[in-house]
Amino acid sequence: MSVTTDATAIRPFHLEIPDEQLDDLRRRIAATRWPTKELVGDRSQGVQLATMKELARYWTTEYDWRKCEARLNALPQFITEIDGVDIHFIHVKSPHEDALPLIMTHGWPGSVVELLETVGPLTDPTAHGGTHEEAFHLVLPSLPGYGFSGEPRELGWDSGRVAQAWAELMSRLGYRRYVAQGGDVGAAVTDVMARQAPKGLLGVHINLLTAVIGITDQLPAESEQERAAHDAVNTFTTDGFAYFLEMATRPQTIGYALLDSPVAMAAWMLDHDTDSYYKIAGAFVDGKPTGNLTREHIVDNVTLYWLTGTGASAARNYWEDGRARARLAVEPPPPASVPVGFTTFPDEIWASPRSWAEAAYPGLAYFNEADKGGHFAAWEEPELFSTELRAAFRGLR
Amino acid sequence: MTGTAATAVELRPFHVDIPQEALEDLRRRIAATQWPEKETVPDNSQGVPLATMQKLARYWGTDYDWRRCEAKLNALPQFITGIDGLDIHFINVRSQHEDALPLVVNHGWPGSIIEQLKIIDRLTDPTAHGGSAEDAFDVVIPSMPGYGFSGKPTGTGWGPERMGRAWAELMKRLGYTRYVAQGGDWGAFVVDQMGLQAPEGLLAIHTNMPATVPADVDKATLAGEPPPSGLSAEERRAYEQLIRTYGQVEYAHMMAARPQTLYGIADSPVGLAAWLLDHNDADAQPAAAVVSALERTESATGELTRDEVLDNITLYWLTNTGVSASRLYWEYKGGFFNAKGVKIPVAVTVFPSEQYQAPRTWAERAYPNLIYFNEVDRGGHFAAWEQPELFSAELRAAFRSLRT
Repeated sequence: MSVTTDATAIRPFHLEIPDEQLDDLRRRIAATRWPTKELVGDRSQGVQLATMKELARYWTTEYDWRKCEARLNALPQFITEIDGVDIHFIHVKSPHEDALPLIMTHGWPGSVVELLETVGPLTDPTAHGGTHEEAFHLVLPSLPGYGFSGEPRELGWDSGRVAQAWAELMSRLGYRRYVAQGGDVGAAVTDVMARQAPKGLLGVHINLLTAVIGITDQLPAESEQERAAHDAVNTFTTDGFAYFLEMATRPQTIGYALLDSPVAMAAWMLDHDTDSYYKIAGAFVDGKPTGNLTREHIVDNVTLYWLTGTGASAARNYWEDGRARARLAVEPPPPASVPVGFTTFPDEIWASPRSWAEAAYPGLAYFNEADKGGHFAAWEEPELFSTELRAAFRGLR
Repeated sequence: MTGTAATAVELRPFHVDIPQEALEDLRRRIAATQWPEKETVPDNSQGVPLATMQKLARYWGTDYDWRRCEAKLNALPQFITGIDGLDIHFINVRSQHEDALPLVVNHGWPGSIIEQLKIIDRLTDPTAHGGSAEDAFDVVIPSMPGYGFSGKPTGTGWGPERMGRAWAELMKRLGYTRYVAQGGDWGAFVVDQMGLQAPEGLLAIHTNMPATVPADVDKATLAGEPPPSGLSAEERRAYEQLIRTYGQVEYAHMMAARPQTLYGIADSPVGLAAWLLDHNDADAQPAAAVVSALERTESATGELTRDEVLDNITLYWLTNTGVSASRLYWEYKGGFFNAKGVKIPVAVTVFPSEQYQAPRTWAERAYPNLIYFNEVDRGGHFAAWEQPELFSAELRAAFRSLRT
């Protein structure tokens, strides 16, 4: 980068990982020192040895990062500095002039890789069973500390600050009327955007109900679906919470292993919710991918974390949000003041019933229950996911 | 290292002899460490700071000498014997004094037998260390299953209960018909279980991490609720300390829920070292006593040094036991500091920097047959390692009444 360049300018970005880095990665995977096999026949002790060994074998022998690189480089990518941090983003304009601008945020352990298969259906709907009135101009930023965005060197980069940065990004791109979407961490960011309601934000769509954590005792538990959702949240906050707690409290400690061992990084990323774990393990061990969660796409995402060395910085995102949650417990956030749409995917960590979405977002503008898909809905079922976004935002055009 | 094919019940002498390639591979890996960026805070609130890890790695990868630790271990009588289908490694030092009291000492996590090396001489040879012949112990220091040179379980079930039974069998096999048991950290869980099992010959236990918390306080601290009414000032302090501790156990949650996911502590020396270092004591996380030891190159009084901290970490590395040791957290489904109902004689020493300072009132209720209770003025979670002199003096005093 030239020192004379204005950092806040929008600079084109092209990805080109040096060969030595890929060679080093392969060498490290080949030199992995493995633990003994887990003592159980399921995932109850963590990511199973057979899954990791097959992933490592695939990673070093069949996998080709250059294909992922080419897919990313085929899209217009940019970097611009916002609030002191370089923000990387993909920006695909629809051929349809009246397209609705949409900023869509990935989560953890995700990246822009999660969202790539939605680019076609969202920006070019007529080629994917939709009409030109359903087109979006799509902005896919990498969260600070993730992927090719910069790593914050100062405190305070919680979801609220990211939300402000996204509003600035959309304004810098010249979008005066736009919508926002997110799942996982992206859901937390999008939720705050709806509460901050920056000028120009018309509405949001969310596919993980993060807003209910901490207020579950106020949520209905009458119907079978509501009780199942309570059970699922309880399971998450007891048995399924360990990775979350570790990153929210000691991101630096776990970071040493994640930066130094590719297999450690991969296992840490696979140890998410039960549904996605078995879907991903199935892709490796049984050769049966679910939807778009293929071996190649899974390893694309892991390799992106590895090559950018973002295991610790992404984990720190949880630490920041942990601090933010503690503040919000004292001073609850304002309600969402733009229309909110929500889609429940059946295999999500907790499949939120309409009553819960309405409790989190009074006056809920859109609600639907999709018939398949899980936590990584955009990744797993990009066509179905895109259909949901078209429907959710139809009323705002 | 001896092969583990047989898990035979006879006592087989054991000698540590790590192949040179393993040591070279360790140095190579340390030198090739790919580091994360620096934490974004000026303190340890995001985990073990980068500067601490880099300084430690520099020494570990160059001047640190594992062979010195190996020589220390090999100067002690070590054995392996198969118990309950698993090879158990242990140190057994018999005192020259005939009436020595047999004592089994159980280490914890992130520890190993390395924690206890400095108390061996003091306990077995008291006359050389300011004690009398009547203070002598025969000492047995086993490595827990999945730890150090003991075998790694290949099936579930090796929790503190099963270890307690294994130690009773070990003492019997060594011909000890009257003995005592001691433990801190996981060792405390094991000796509490031994106290509940009350095997023939076990006279008493000593614990430096006593489980004394009454049910109502236990419930409140685990849930982060206000304390029950009517607590004394001392009890109230213990409540506050427990609340603090439960805010520093994310490592325990991780290992209890998903030990297998920690592939990095098998594959990365620095990943393992950071994981093992990030255990708290009452003063800080990572433990203040351990962090200060990283600056101590030697100690005439037996205080913890940098080499000892690295001996322990290197033992985990060379035996590749990071993950197998973690599984102990997964195995155990019981309570932490709640009173367990031990009825046999119990001795307690309260060290000021332990997770919580057990009030005498709670200790008396939790252990109705409390034969010894003392609060000392220094030492913490790794008491035997940090203050071997004081720790040894406590064991002499604790068990004195049983010798007559």
